[in-house]
Amino acid sequence: MKIKIDRPINIEIKHMTRVEGHGDIKIRVENGKLAECVWKIVETPRFFEVMFKGLPIEMAPILASRICGICSISHALASARAIENAMQIEIPEAAQKARVLAKHAETLQSHTLHLFFLIAPDFLNALSVIHVIKSNQRLVELAAMIKGFANNASDLFAGRTTHPVVIKIGGLTQVPRKKQLRELAKDLNVTIPYLWEALDVFKKFELPDFTRETEFVSLKGGDCYPFIGGDLVSSDGVRKKEDEYLAMTNEYLVDFSTSKFTRLSRESFAVGALARFSNNYDLLHPKAKEVAGMLNIKPGDFNPFFHNLAQLVECFHVIYESKDMIAELIDSDTSEFSIPYKPEQCEGVGVVEAPRGILYHYYRLNKDGKIEEADCVIPTSQNHANIYYDLQSFVEKLIAQGKGEEEIGHLAQMLVRAYDPCISCSVH
Amino acid sequence: MKYLGITLERPKIGIFDFTGCEGCQLQIANNEASLKDLFGLVEIVNFREISSERRDDYEIAFVEGSITTDSETARLKKIRKQAKILVAMGACACSGGVNNLRSRFSLPETIKEVYGEHHIDSGPVRKLKDIVPVDIELPGCPVSKNEFEWLVRNLVLGITPQFPTYPVCVECKQRLNSCVVDMGMICLGPITRGGCNAVCPRNRFGCWGCRGPSDEVNFESLMEIHIKRGFSEEQVVERINFFNTFSGIFK
Repeated sequence: MKIKIDRPINIEIKHMTRVEGHGDIKIRVENGKLAECVWKIVETPRFFEVMFKGLPIEMAPILASRICGICSISHALASARAIENAMQIEIPEAAQKARVLAKHAETLQSHTLHLFFLIAPDFLNALSVIHVIKSNQRLVELAAMIKGFANNASDLFAGRTTHPVVIKIGGLTQVPRKKQLRELAKDLNVTIPYLWEALDVFKKFELPDFTRETEFVSLKGGDCYPFIGGDLVSSDGVRKKEDEYLAMTNEYLVDFSTSKFTRLSRESFAVGALARFSNNYDLLHPKAKEVAGMLNIKPGDFNPFFHNLAQLVECFHVIYESKDMIAELIDSDTSEFSIPYKPEQCEGVGVVEAPRGILYHYYRLNKDGKIEEADCVIPTSQNHANIYYDLQSFVEKLIAQGKGEEEIGHLAQMLVRAYDPCISCSVH
Repeated sequence: MKYLGITLERPKIGIFDFTGCEGCQLQIANNEASLKDLFGLVEIVNFREISSERRDDYEIAFVEGSITTDSETARLKKIRKQAKILVAMGACACSGGVNNLRSRFSLPETIKEVYGEHHIDSGPVRKLKDIVPVDIELPGCPVSKNEFEWLVRNLVLGITPQFPTYPVCVECKQRLNSCVVDMGMICLGPITRGGCNAVCPRNRFGCWGCRGPSDEVNFESLMEIHIKRGFSEEQVVERINFFNTFSGIFK
């Protein structure tokens, strides 16, 4: 007679590694059943909504960028856009284009950081990118060259990679000179083949097989894949205007997290590259669609590990679209990049697609141009509930497969990492 | 590692974060071209944001963020006990940075505004040296990636780093930038120490003082040049208080 022994499993991971910010995982299995499984957010809050109060509006994008060390450009853009929407001003076309290019540079550098530095070590059996240098030096070289280009592009369009300096209310402090644009275009052409070479490496990574159907929330593009402004959409059929964001987020508090959680049509929803990809597939650049085909990823795929594939697809989208947009900018009149404004009593919402998903900023201003109230809803806080429920379902599946403690702990961390969580940002 | 026949130490370093955005430590990973060299020059034994290796035998600790809870205080003290050299990295660690902006409001008021009646563990914003001795302060929001590497080179060679004490204006003039004050902006360049290569004025954006005071600070003249150009005293004061880097010397 065979006796089945169900060893208890106790996993406690404090301050999980290779993610931005501080999160813990706790998993307890008793008698072969999942007794406890928590994705715990232990980041200390900074209270940004309070910090904004009483400041002049000019300070808003500068302070907003400090919410996040990785997606500071997105925060500055959402903040400026919210105040511009509130005052009902439209920034000049050259500034609109340069802002999208700053956004693309950020998306490329953020996705590259995540794919090469944070998740690749899991698939190459290494503890970190420092260890990957020894085993797969070429991959680290490719990462350095792709990310190097993205950082140069950020410097050019945002003034700096982290905490941009050119994004201001009414437009930008400057747009790059034509000569700089032509040089960047050359660098871009050199970078594209590196991305294709990296694709060959990522194609070979074997992603865990796991699916839990969810709701995808993102911006909905009109005539292009969305990054700045537009309608809010969910794959369960909800569609709202930018200023109706509260109907999409429905924040609530849980006792194991300093970040708020969110819900919409079901217990959780997901934002980020996979949600954008799924809701806007038709608007991707043809080269990006080609890559999606090679990676075998389709709209409506719910495997959370595919988030990383969608990021890779988006790397191709942003680099090819940047190529076209830089050419357009070189051929257009860029002498107007800022417009004057007059503060008034008003309120407004600005929405952008940050690398990790849809990001909302709201401000109420008084007639002296001071901020009276602020609200920021962060992509990762919208993903926490989805990570939480995914983790339970995934671990139950792993238990049923008879996996041991060490493997469950490792795979659970890989699942969380797949979302590219930005935890400091989610708590802000 | 050998240099001109002399064996150099390869110090073990740890990188740690508290209440902040983690943008400073990201600068370390952002210097792609020299990343490999850096990993050769020092041994990184603890860098949670990018590595799953976590050893506690570090000699130099780079610490980012402010301290806002008791558990952070305890963790910082543990790091101090282990590290021979502790570097406060960035404005949040050196002066509290933008975190201090919430100190204009009471703590219960602050928590209530964001979390309602929900219990949240948080205390006043403190800079590292409010709690433990700090050996070196690497200024900026964020820190400059070049300056970080310059500091590491100094530490490896056993040289006490000498940070610039001249104002941002010196580097701004060296880069032949047009003066942003003359362009109608507030700029704290005249009172803020250099070392950032005037990255903000270079991009037609006045200095915000994230690196703290230069050696000779003249608030009266700074105020005068701005008031002459139509700004109010309140506007200049708001700017000086933004990163909390002038606290103690500006009242």
